[in-house]
Amino acid sequence: MPILSLIIWLTILGGLLTLFVGDQRCRMTALVISIIAFVLSLGLYMGFDNSTAAMQFVENVAWLPSFGINYSLGVDGISAPLIILTTFINVIVVISAWEVIKDRPAMYLASFLIMTGFMVGVFAATDAILFYIFFEATLIPMFLIIGIWGGPRRVYATIKFFLYTFLGSVFMLIALIYMGSQADSFAIQALHDMALSSKAQTLIFFAFFAAFAVKIPMWPVHTWLPDAHVEAPTAGSAVLAAIMLKMGGYGFMRFSLPVVPDASQQLAWLVILFSLIAVVYIGFVALAQADMKKLIAYSSISHMGFVTLGMFVIFGIIANSADGVQSGHAVMALEGAMVQMISHGFISAAMFLCVGVLYDRVHSREIADYGGVVNTMPLFAAFIVFFAMANAGLPGTSGFVGEFMVILATFKANFWFAFLAASTLILGAAYTLWMVKRVIFGDIANDNVAALTDINKREKIMLGLLAAMVLFFGLWPQPMVDMMHATIENLVVQVTTSKL
Amino acid sequence: MDNLGLAAPEMFLLCAICLILVGDLFVTDDRKPLTYGLSQVALIVTLILTWWVSPEDGAVTAFSGSFIMDQMSVVCKSWILIVSIGVFLYSRDFVNSHRITNGEYYTLALSGVLGMMIMVSSSTMLTLYLGLELLSLSLYAMVALKRKDEKSSEAAMKYFVLGALASGALLYGISMIYGATGSLHFDAIAASLSDGGHGSTTAVFGLAFLVVGIAFKFGAAPFHMWVPDVYEGAPTSVALYISAAPKIAAFALAIRFLIDGLETAHTSWQGMLILLSLLSIVIGNLLALAQVSIKRMLAYSTISHVGFIFLGILAGSQQGYSAAMFYAITYSFTSLGAFGVILAMDRMGVEVTLLTDLRGLFRRSPVYAVVMMLLLVSMTGVPPTVGFYAKLAVLSAAVKADLVWLAVIAVIFSVVGAFYYLRVIKYMFFDEPVESQPVLAPMDVQLGLTINGAAIVFFGIFPGLIMAACAAAFGL
Repeated sequence: MPILSLIIWLTILGGLLTLFVGDQRCRMTALVISIIAFVLSLGLYMGFDNSTAAMQFVENVAWLPSFGINYSLGVDGISAPLIILTTFINVIVVISAWEVIKDRPAMYLASFLIMTGFMVGVFAATDAILFYIFFEATLIPMFLIIGIWGGPRRVYATIKFFLYTFLGSVFMLIALIYMGSQADSFAIQALHDMALSSKAQTLIFFAFFAAFAVKIPMWPVHTWLPDAHVEAPTAGSAVLAAIMLKMGGYGFMRFSLPVVPDASQQLAWLVILFSLIAVVYIGFVALAQADMKKLIAYSSISHMGFVTLGMFVIFGIIANSADGVQSGHAVMALEGAMVQMISHGFISAAMFLCVGVLYDRVHSREIADYGGVVNTMPLFAAFIVFFAMANAGLPGTSGFVGEFMVILATFKANFWFAFLAASTLILGAAYTLWMVKRVIFGDIANDNVAALTDINKREKIMLGLLAAMVLFFGLWPQPMVDMMHATIENLVVQVTTSKL
Repeated sequence: MDNLGLAAPEMFLLCAICLILVGDLFVTDDRKPLTYGLSQVALIVTLILTWWVSPEDGAVTAFSGSFIMDQMSVVCKSWILIVSIGVFLYSRDFVNSHRITNGEYYTLALSGVLGMMIMVSSSTMLTLYLGLELLSLSLYAMVALKRKDEKSSEAAMKYFVLGALASGALLYGISMIYGATGSLHFDAIAASLSDGGHGSTTAVFGLAFLVVGIAFKFGAAPFHMWVPDVYEGAPTSVALYISAAPKIAAFALAIRFLIDGLETAHTSWQGMLILLSLLSIVIGNLLALAQVSIKRMLAYSTISHVGFIFLGILAGSQQGYSAAMFYAITYSFTSLGAFGVILAMDRMGVEVTLLTDLRGLFRRSPVYAVVMMLLLVSMTGVPPTVGFYAKLAVLSAAVKADLVWLAVIAVIFSVVGAFYYLRVIKYMFFDEPVESQPVLAPMDVQLGLTINGAAIVFFGIFPGLIMAACAAAFGL
């Protein structure tokens, strides 16, 4: 069964169907489609062979033979978990929009479903141009989601979002075309195998860097993210943080590291520098925010700093190990980065949805407008405190696992890198918990808070599902790590093999 | 082989034009739709005839080798006719409501189509010139169709004067090439140049004039001055006509001259085209940013797209030519749709001129807004629309020709271009409408626009269908 195509086209065509059934029945349609897609993606987990790094569930159809472009799909240990995350978040998104979106709900849900199809395509594509097509195609639905259902400064935010990411990715397009014309194939595997000169690698590295660093986003090209997050509707922020950012991280792992390993090694210092700045500096920036969504947006950037750190610190780890004994630590760093991406997908989505819950009731995201919410919404307070703890990296939650793995591995590269990275444990706790303290605890601040009603059944299901995932992967990350282990070991081999 | 039947589509169209022209005089005002109907029938029959006479493969000539029917002409002619059918459909109501005389509009447009078909099928420089002038003269007159409108007359005057100058340059170039090679036939020119090398100064001089002529007819910078004025001044239905099919014809013009005739001088014209392409992409995109009139914006956007078409041609490979052809074809039906939406919004003689007139279109008529969005996204070059593959094809041709730097500049400016396309989407989707009444268009126009928008996505998912035809046209 072509399970990947089924997921992609079910969500895209299902999105169109949702559009046509009209505003009355769109919710149920969207929910059914998103659940089917999620169940299908669980099939990936069931049928996944943990022992191989090769692509699985492969599909390959000649598509544009004159250009050597194929419609080829497949998953390995780094894409399969991200696809499952994507379809899971999609279900949550549909639930979150249930009665909240009153303006054209059919189109809203359709945009999300279509975008989910594209995002699954990004992770499933094994042809570079197909990857690019899905990568770019996600821009249009997100552009509309922010622009139509967003906040007051939505137009500025959405155009900035589009232009930033578009500018980044056109350089990648040229790099892909260049390599495709050299290798006579656009299969990602062919790009992995081709030899490239040092100069070409450097240029290609920067082309990829432009695309993925903007997407993930790294300091100093992160400025679109806080704007987009603040203006996007709740579900838009959740998808942006939970999945779209991961497309950048995934790109680094799928393209930058294995395609240009030598340039990645030479320029790893640059990425590590930016990552540490993101972790530390952006952590402080988050501390100063008065808007809850902005705070979480900056916290996302800081957490993504961990991901890029984990990916590029492997060169330092390998250099420090004379005989390659410690490549186990390199594997750990990459796995830490992956775990961090997945876990951040759950936690950031949950945090944005929590803010959304408050926003739906009070129509404000300012921290100063709240206080003492626990008195009127005790159950909600329990959830947000739990997610905040996870965001701060409390052991027992999934937030801890990834960060801990990355920090532990980073020690093998450089003590000071690890030291700076570990500062997030303090900074992250500071900005997240301080926000929670001001919003949730204390006396009831004003009449708005006094009038709050606790979360309803729908919100309980939505937050409960996310909490279960955060707790599950916090206590037992093994299934996820097992899934990616073979692929990441293979990736480390690829990265350490010079292509010059 | 003298094979008159090969020109059957052109001959039929010519007869049809004469009949419609005369017949229109006897049609009373309340039965004007007859002229429209007859014109559409003429186009459809011509299209069928074109497929009827098209050779299985290879090229067949007629009229002592001055008329050629090869794979490229079949594809180009088919799309010129298909796009023209769309043009007539979209402009019908505009022509009626703006009191533009029916007979003249359709007969001039049809003779323009005839000119384009002759251009596409020419295999001597004179046939080509003949077709080009037939097209140009029709266009000059069409721009001036709103006789009492100052802007329209001014645009026509400008277009005519500059166009005559360009035709002069082209003729001058033709005479020089003739002097250097002793022939007007493209294959004879090519043979003569490859025998004696391309060192002949006269030939290169002639080439320069040819390129100027081609650039003018395409509307490439720095010979683009007429484009915004003509788009703005001409009645919208005429701007639609100019923006669509003539791009395919201009592509054929460039291919016949530069590839069929002067491919051996590739190194000489490549540099010229690089300059034209670069200037068009930069100037087109930058100036489009500053426009408030929707027609002027589309005019500058056309200029930038012409730069991309040149990017494919200058690559100097079969792949590049077919990429440029794909670009020209897809651009023509994208532009067709964009003007189609503007024409559909034009009601009761109130023209849509400013970008802000599109405000809130999504709330008024979601279908048109979505169609327009798809067209604009395609012009931006974002997948999964057909515009992306057009850009992909020309860029990969340029990269293969070792012109990576040019490709990089082109994509950077296409990001600049993204801004003004997004701004239109913003007006349509994110702003509140100034008036609430929905756009009312007749069923056939609605259907046409929906098909147009769907084609953008359909060919975005299956671009291979057109691409294969373009590749076959250049023997790939």
